[in-house]
Amino acid sequence: MSYNWNWSIFFEPAPGGTGTYFDMLLRGLWLTIQTGVFAWIIALVLGSIIGVLRTLPSKTAYWVGFAYVEFFRNMPLLVQLFLWFFVLPELLPRSWGLWLKQMPHAPFYTAAVGIGLFMSARVAVQLAAGIASLPRGQKQAATALGLTTFQAYRYVLLPIAFRIIMPPLTSEFLNTIKNTAVAITIGLIELTGQARSMQEFSFQVFEAFTAATVMYLLINIIVVTGMRYLERSLAIPGYITGK
Amino acid sequence: MIEIRHVDKWYGPTFQALKACTTSVAKGEVVVVCGPSGSGKSTLIKCVNALEPFQGGEIILDGIKVNDPKTDLPKLRARVGMVFQHFELFPHLKIIENLCLAQEKVLGRSHDAAVAKAEMLLERVGLKEHARKYPAELSGGQQQRVAIARALAMDPIAMLFDEPTSALDPEMISEVLDVMVDLAREGMTMMVVTHEMGFARKVAHRVIFMDRGEIVEDAKKEEFFGSPRSDRAQKFLSKILSH
Repeated sequence: MSYNWNWSIFFEPAPGGTGTYFDMLLRGLWLTIQTGVFAWIIALVLGSIIGVLRTLPSKTAYWVGFAYVEFFRNMPLLVQLFLWFFVLPELLPRSWGLWLKQMPHAPFYTAAVGIGLFMSARVAVQLAAGIASLPRGQKQAATALGLTTFQAYRYVLLPIAFRIIMPPLTSEFLNTIKNTAVAITIGLIELTGQARSMQEFSFQVFEAFTAATVMYLLINIIVVTGMRYLERSLAIPGYITGK
Repeated sequence: MIEIRHVDKWYGPTFQALKACTTSVAKGEVVVVCGPSGSGKSTLIKCVNALEPFQGGEIILDGIKVNDPKTDLPKLRARVGMVFQHFELFPHLKIIENLCLAQEKVLGRSHDAAVAKAEMLLERVGLKEHARKYPAELSGGQQQRVAIARALAMDPIAMLFDEPTSALDPEMISEVLDVMVDLAREGMTMMVVTHEMGFARKVAHRVIFMDRGEIVEDAKKEEFFGSPRSDRAQKFLSKILSH
């Protein structure tokens, strides 16, 4: 293979006059982080609500949760992003659709919300499993003390369930960040997008994607470390993960 | 205080867990409920504070109908203490927080008042020095004493005990029974599902014997232990008293 390695390419000015190729990748990294964090917040909030619905005694609540989860987890993420970005504006009334299309940073918001919804179904399933794994007596004890269903969840069931599902939740956070790469297909120039444009401008494909790989690794190592720290600080002495 | 009239309960369409159960517990009375496993004793006691729904009959608690849809159940439950077989302390909360949670969130007591009450009760069950520990750091007997204190912190008008010593190692049973005996002698209204016939002999006023969802015998303690009328109660007694 004849390939002209050039690791100093990162410090050469990129076309467009906005700094070096390295600056370009950093901008992509920053957008990846923003998209990932925004999507994760949506996934956590909606996933928690839907996860709780799936554990309530009410049949209606269960079916709402069931339909939501099956809708969002049974379609490829790529298809969902296309739906929100290309199809939804055409289905809405003309003026709404126009507003959506003209919205500044449309790819960013679509990606964050789309990935957030997709991941929320996964968070919901895990939280529901976490709650279901608690002894039935916990809810009964909370109820017997006079706590309402909302209070029982808020003060007893959720604090324990979230501790139990912390390890799989860490994986979901990582998946959320990695899934932002799919947003390149709706025109979001995040880290993968910037690596690709660097490749197109400079033809240094290996350097570009090596740098992107290292950057993805770095953010995810930071997330894993942070989550592990959180897990430890929330550990209950003598209980499950606690020591 | 507790009126149970013709209560029927089905699990599913075929299995009847309670068959026309009728009994009552007067103010200050201690009633022990015993019977073979699967006889419906735990189910009956859980119907009293509506932890289990039932389909026929009615239960009236301090003048309030439990199975009236208009009844504010959380408010009613807050007035009846309940102690479970598996303690059901909240594992993520310190002992003192276990005692304060419902006082503050349900009764609306100030944190200071709740802590004062909790410390007084922990002192009473001999566990004041464990206030800052987590439940998993205590022995079973200690956890159950905490659970009793947690129920008492709500200033209940009656206490329900669902096999409070069945999950305990033999050497821990007496420390829990001692607390319950004290409580009974102070005039607490108590309904106790238990196989501890020594406890029944010591403090019960009446003994109810259940079998296959029916109340087979409901007699004064002296009559029950002297000459149980039914065969089934006689057999049961001979089995559990023979060792």
